[in-house]
Amino acid sequence: MRRGPQQLWPRRTKRRREEGSRGALIAAGSTIIVFGLILWVVLTSAAWPEVQRQFFSWKHFKESFPKVLGGFWLDIQMFIIAEILILTFSLVLAMIRSLRGPAFFPLRAIVITYIDLIRGIPILLLILLMGFGIPALQLQGVPKSEMFWGVTALVISYSAYTAEVYRAGIDSVHESQRMSARSLGLTQTQALRYVIVPQAIRNVIPALLNGFVSLQKDVALVFVLGVREGLREAEIYKAGTFNYTSYVVAAMLFLAISVPVARFTDWYTERDRRRRQVMST
Amino acid sequence: MTTTKAWRRVLVVLAALALLAGACGGSTDDTSQTTSAPTTTAAETTAAPETTAAPETTAAPETTAAPVDACAVENLALVNPGQLTVATGEPVFPPWMGVGDDYFDVPESKTGYEGALVYALAEEMGFTDDQVVFVRTGFDEAIAPGPKDWDFNIQQYSITDQRKEAVDFSDPYYTTRQALVVLPDSPVIGATSLADLTDAKLGAAIGTTSFDFIEEVIGVQASVYDDNVNAISALIAGQLDGIVVDLPTAYYMTAVQIPEQGAEGIIVAQFAASAQNPDEYGMLFAKGSELVPCVNAALATLKGQGLLDQLDAEWLAQGGEIVTISE
Repeated sequence: MRRGPQQLWPRRTKRRREEGSRGALIAAGSTIIVFGLILWVVLTSAAWPEVQRQFFSWKHFKESFPKVLGGFWLDIQMFIIAEILILTFSLVLAMIRSLRGPAFFPLRAIVITYIDLIRGIPILLLILLMGFGIPALQLQGVPKSEMFWGVTALVISYSAYTAEVYRAGIDSVHESQRMSARSLGLTQTQALRYVIVPQAIRNVIPALLNGFVSLQKDVALVFVLGVREGLREAEIYKAGTFNYTSYVVAAMLFLAISVPVARFTDWYTERDRRRRQVMST
Repeated sequence: MTTTKAWRRVLVVLAALALLAGACGGSTDDTSQTTSAPTTTAAETTAAPETTAAPETTAAPETTAAPVDACAVENLALVNPGQLTVATGEPVFPPWMGVGDDYFDVPESKTGYEGALVYALAEEMGFTDDQVVFVRTGFDEAIAPGPKDWDFNIQQYSITDQRKEAVDFSDPYYTTRQALVVLPDSPVIGATSLADLTDAKLGAAIGTTSFDFIEEVIGVQASVYDDNVNAISALIAGQLDGIVVDLPTAYYMTAVQIPEQGAEGIIVAQFAASAQNPDEYGMLFAKGSELVPCVNAALATLKGQGLLDQLDAEWLAQGGEIVTISE
């Protein structure tokens, strides 16, 4: 059986446990006081009934939920397709950028220019430009679908950011790894593929998951092209009823995805940290 | 220094709140009169607008005949005393406001249907032109809860029952029809009935009755855009077969907006308005505004003088016959 860190430092663990139970009490107490006060101030404020009617109406909640959910399903589909393409495309970009040697200079220059330019362009402009601009050129064989170009714009924009995350991961792998791989007779690309990149990805998984959460919300931006995704459905409902409850519905749906991902990221980071601690002892 | 002071103040406030909370929680029925004061005042103030609003709006036709005093400028409940603060869109579009090359986005030019109407209303209510002050709002600000910093908002708000739950409207000042705008190569050219449009991909701007018209009357799912400019871009990109807008805006689109983007726009048809559900524009007020009956009275006078028909002829009506599609 593997020895966990708790067996390695028994005294520290014991003290932590004692502090833990007292800490939990204090945490619970202060949480109740703080949130109780906030709730009390909000619920007793003069305008609360009006705010409740505008933002937290059960009637509007029930009425808008199916519509927003239908649009949100489109968000999830676009998100999954975009995320797969982004993870692949940006890894290729990062690997090209990490190639050494003067012969690869043109490739590196193209990738660096791409990343610099795209990261400087507001994502909304990119979506509008590609979604309305390219189909307006009336080129033969080029798709017109607003959804196609919306997702493409997201992939192009997010790949530039994600490539930099990958590159940070690649740079974080110690130089000796590359050198030993090369000395074993691996070519430069083989060294990247089998030695550097697997370690690099492991290092940046929390950062990649962070990008997940961000993309999951930005997918909604394709609504400027006329796509009826979740946030837009909420907006349509609001525009018809002058009631904001549909936005609360949309927020809850988005939270239902992003909170678990955030918890998973924390859990993963913590597990990874512990494993490394064990390995280094 | 200042930060520690601020923190101390926050602590004091928190402590006071905690004490109050304790007092409220511990109070029994006979003492609740004094300790639960905040909650009773809260109920009073929130109930106030509703109770006053109901009789006022229903009594609107009667107050037309009421003594002039209540609607005299000095007696009006204005946001800024002595001036009429009118909110409108940012920017404003012809043919509603700011018509003419020099007047684009200038509501003070008194041009356009709504621009001329605002000044006529103000004069009827006893304001001078200088006392009319325009402010700009987005669609959202106008409907957000809380007090408004304008007296009324005018930017082609359609009057609907659902919206009436959140804000008050004046009597209608314009009744519109919906129209279908397309490019010359559109598959819906030649449509003569609603059935011809069931396979069409149609778009409209968000929050418009044009959108409701596509979904509910034509019965297809509409693509939705932030504004008409984006809808036109989608039309030119070939993503839409047609745009549905109210007729005056359709004229402006085909005369100005679409040619500006290098294309040619055609009004293929207008739709007959259903009698039980006409599309009417009204001025928008904060819920419970005491100004509504006074504005309605002035509007009724102007209507009686035939001013609305005049404005229609001057700013909105255009020549040419357009096919009418009815249900």
